Amino acid sequence: MNMHHFKLHDFAGGIHPPQHKSQSTQAPISQAEIPARLILAIAQHIGAPAKPVVKPGDKVLKGQIIAEGDDFISCNLHAPTSGTVASIETREVPHQSGMDDTCIEIISDGQERWVDHQGLDDYLQADAQTLIARITQAGIAGMGGAGFPTHVKASIPASKIDTLIVNAAECEPYISSDDMLMRECATEIIKGIEILQRILRPQQCYIGIEDNKPQAAAALQQALKENRDDTHNIHLVVIPTKYPSGGEKQLIQILTGKEVPVAGIPADIGMVCQNVASVHAIYEAVALGIPLIQRITTVTGDAVGRPQNYRVLLGTPVSELLRQAQAQTDKIKRLIMGGPMMGFTLASPHIAITKTSNCIIAASAQTLPDPAMEQACIRCGMCSEACPAQLLPQQLYWFAKSSNLEQAQAHNIADCIECGACSYVCPSNIPLVQYYRFAKGEIKQAQRDKQGSEQAKLRFDTRNARLAREVAEKDAKRKARAAAAAKKQAAKKAAPAPATNLSKGEPAPVAAKAEPAPLKKEALKQKVLAAQTRVDKARERLAMAQQQQLETAGALELGLNKQIDKLTLAQKNLEEANR
Amino acid sequence: MSIIVISVLALVALAILFGAILGFAAVRFKVEGNPIVDQLDALLPQTQCGQCSYPGCRPYAQAISEGNEKINKCPPGGESTIAAIADLLGVEPEPLDAEHGEEKDVTLVAVIREDECIGCTKCIQACPVDAILGAAKQMHTVIAQECTGCDLCVEPCPVDCIDMVPTERTLQSWHWPKPSALPLIATDA
Amino acid sequence: MKLPNISSPHATRPGNTGTVMLTVLLALVPGIITLSYFFGPGHLIQICLASATAVGCEALILHLRKKPLGFYLKDYSALLTAVLLAISLPPYAPYWVTMVATLFAIIVAKHLYGGLGQNPFNPAMVGFALVLVSFPVEMTTSWSAPSALLENGIGFSQAVTLIFSSRETLDAVTMATPLDLYKHQVAIATAHEIYQDPIFHGPHHEASIALGWQWVNLAFLLGGVFLWWKKIFTWHVPVSLLLALSLLSIFIGWDSDSYVPISLHLFAGATMLGAFFIATDPVTAATTPLGKLIYGAGIGVLIYLIRTWGSYPDAVAFAVLLMNFCAPLIDQYSQPRTYGHQKAVRGLAKKD
Repeated sequence: MNMHHFKLHDFAGGIHPPQHKSQSTQAPISQAEIPARLILAIAQHIGAPAKPVVKPGDKVLKGQIIAEGDDFISCNLHAPTSGTVASIETREVPHQSGMDDTCIEIISDGQERWVDHQGLDDYLQADAQTLIARITQAGIAGMGGAGFPTHVKASIPASKIDTLIVNAAECEPYISSDDMLMRECATEIIKGIEILQRILRPQQCYIGIEDNKPQAAAALQQALKENRDDTHNIHLVVIPTKYPSGGEKQLIQILTGKEVPVAGIPADIGMVCQNVASVHAIYEAVALGIPLIQRITTVTGDAVGRPQNYRVLLGTPVSELLRQAQAQTDKIKRLIMGGPMMGFTLASPHIAITKTSNCIIAASAQTLPDPAMEQACIRCGMCSEACPAQLLPQQLYWFAKSSNLEQAQAHNIADCIECGACSYVCPSNIPLVQYYRFAKGEIKQAQRDKQGSEQAKLRFDTRNARLAREVAEKDAKRKARAAAAAKKQAAKKAAPAPATNLSKGEPAPVAAKAEPAPLKKEALKQKVLAAQTRVDKARERLAMAQQQQLETAGALELGLNKQIDKLTLAQKNLEEANR
Repeated sequence: MSIIVISVLALVALAILFGAILGFAAVRFKVEGNPIVDQLDALLPQTQCGQCSYPGCRPYAQAISEGNEKINKCPPGGESTIAAIADLLGVEPEPLDAEHGEEKDVTLVAVIREDECIGCTKCIQACPVDAILGAAKQMHTVIAQECTGCDLCVEPCPVDCIDMVPTERTLQSWHWPKPSALPLIATDA
Repeated sequence: MKLPNISSPHATRPGNTGTVMLTVLLALVPGIITLSYFFGPGHLIQICLASATAVGCEALILHLRKKPLGFYLKDYSALLTAVLLAISLPPYAPYWVTMVATLFAIIVAKHLYGGLGQNPFNPAMVGFALVLVSFPVEMTTSWSAPSALLENGIGFSQAVTLIFSSRETLDAVTMATPLDLYKHQVAIATAHEIYQDPIFHGPHHEASIALGWQWVNLAFLLGGVFLWWKKIFTWHVPVSLLLALSLLSIFIGWDSDSYVPISLHLFAGATMLGAFFIATDPVTAATTPLGKLIYGAGIGVLIYLIRTWGSYPDAVAFAVLLMNFCAPLIDQYSQPRTYGHQKAVRGLAKKD
């Protein structure tokens, strides 16, 4: 009803890749089997990795915390099922680098014994603190793929927020997990939104959904109608299908016409964005007391026999899901977690599902062949036409390719959201996004190096200052000692009493050092004068030798230099004594 | 005749006028930049390793600025630092002088094999950035975060218990490499 | 099983550089057919000659640069340069003029600057400009008369003879272009008098702008619209070019007794070919939206200036080359405003 009068805006660029979504929406969501072993990475979210609070051998219950958020921007991690902690060690994790990271491995006992948990019945009367505490406890991280801790966004002061945006766009091809979730759990999603409204108190709330999901939109509309009372101000907004409309910045632009300021966050313009699956998880956490231990994952791709969506426990190995979806393992040539535009490849199917794994694509070489050879850039500008951030992708490409980081920064490479639209349209098959990722990484590295070198310089200077101070202190002490000794000596001379005993005990060097200052100065002065004379004489001899072109001139010159050195030394000593 | 006089006068007048403008501009728009030593010092990697044969980065920067030192004696900075200095000074970049060491691909950090350490404090005295902790007859350890990888501590150690190990890449510090230039277009630089 | 680690995006649109070039070649077909229909087979022969020369030169240079021939020849860029050059040249220019132009275009203007994508100047226009200044006689006297004005038209064999060997019958089949004619006549005659020449209205005085030329231009316009529809280029360059040229023809050249009228500016020369196929060459054009507008308008203005006050009757080549010089600078100062920024960045980054 609200959607008829809504003025939509458009974002720059964008592309229309083939959808491939219908394959996985034919069957309802099915419950994936509980695997024998679950592998849970401690870093499933943006921010500090969670800190394990169990040790190998521990028995754990379903829903029990096994790793705690180590910071404000971090997330708790719970046991997805009951069983025994088998190990905590580094394993392959779902990450673009293909590197290993710490994982907690649980052997399930198949009994699904729950830890004590309780929902909040009157959550719409609860205060924000209680609700946020529940979300924090449940370890929810942005389930659209980014994995930003949800409680952090929920903790933004309500006074700052006027618009809540629920991201149900799901703009990437192949993925249908949010679509199926909305079709089957629309009521819970609306309740989740109500919880967020209770916390953030926004003036309005928009659900942005692409027009390629009419059934999901209808389900939400129905749920809104059933749930409706006057306090709600939830607008379901159907937006045109165009990639990347589901990008946070782009969705905000479509719905409100506003842009998130550079280097800022949506809260800077009074908005907060939540993925629809995260909203569902919020409902479960608050109303049912269920932490985030499972999610909906699309298993699709042409190597999969029965593509569909699964409700899957976190930590389930991808190979398990592929088996249940009847994938032909030998046909898989590229295995992707996430969508075909922004997802990353998995090196092996033994990597496990995390909080952000919305889709698994098992593709054969026919659908996703190896990247074609990079041709020369012909500056056709199709990339700039596609760029939703209104960058100049080809300029960035030239700068990245020549490692000209300064210019890349000046051309706002930091504003690239890596959506892949430019690479998608590039007729020369240039892996543009990888060039940008490389340049961004190098820029970050250079910044780290610069910080490091500034730190090192500071420490070096501090150390030098310390050493100088130590030398000065030693010097001062020595001088004080000398002065004291001289005083003693003077006192001794003044009193001509039997001094023999005393002077016997005095060691000779100290006595030399303790020579009265005026006398020492006099001696030094003599030395300087003598050295000066020697230098003058040596100079004369050298001049004569040079005039007569004698062979001895070289040797004389060396001698002169030595004399000059001696003179300098003597002068220095004298100066020091004068001080 | 008068034409010649007029043209000479005109040229002289022009010369005076433009000279005055130039002189005024030179004074009015004078750029107060950092002294060149500071700029050079900022480009050096501040490892204070002494591989350039100067006791630290600043003295090397000083020597370069005085014009009596080559710019290619900094192995930790490598080609990129040489290029940056060449750019700053407006001279041709030179290849790294191998006499002073080679550029390393990975960053290194010193690690003390602690059970072998006899607590002689020699490495502590050698460390230019105070990145080694310890006291006489006590085991020493390197604060990895502060270590610049200069390896000045390796040589003085009487029991050879200091290793230079490459710093580990973490998920956070990893980034995509530049797409590999295919051999057939490698010449397309 | 170890699967490859590949950076996203994983999906890409089918097609490659070769597809783009072939699409442009396809869009040229209506223009080429019209040219041949109205002006005889000269252009077809030139196209074959230039293509053979271009592909030969390209292969030679690729061989010298130690690059795989097949991979690079399949981008069809040399072929496109050759075809564009061939249809810009007078149809009965002697074979060596065409070959010199092509050779220069491919070897000097393209490969000496680093090959496809690296050349700052449009290779076809560099080749054209070279022969235009070097061989002015051949370049001005070899324009075919419209076949309709010739008693027997021109046969294929006659065309081959004209291009490759004897140029004895040249005068019988060639004629100044309408733009050239008008430009030189306008000083001494009124528009009405000039229009009496059959080159404008044919032997039977049909209602037309310039016999044959108008259809050729329309055919290129058609091809251009096809390319725009296929999103090979955006509307900016052609529209601003044609707009600038039209506005100047209207405001300066409104008096057709003193200046060439707008109808001839748009439909009698190489205007449409230039606007849709030459100026839109992405390698040498400006790339930002605003930059493209400036670049296109610049070409339009220069075409008008050179045609009106310069010594050449047509001016697409020089106008394009002059704006090629400006393209990098235009790009630096016409960057769009990036999402989330208050204003656009202009110019290269400053060194501190």
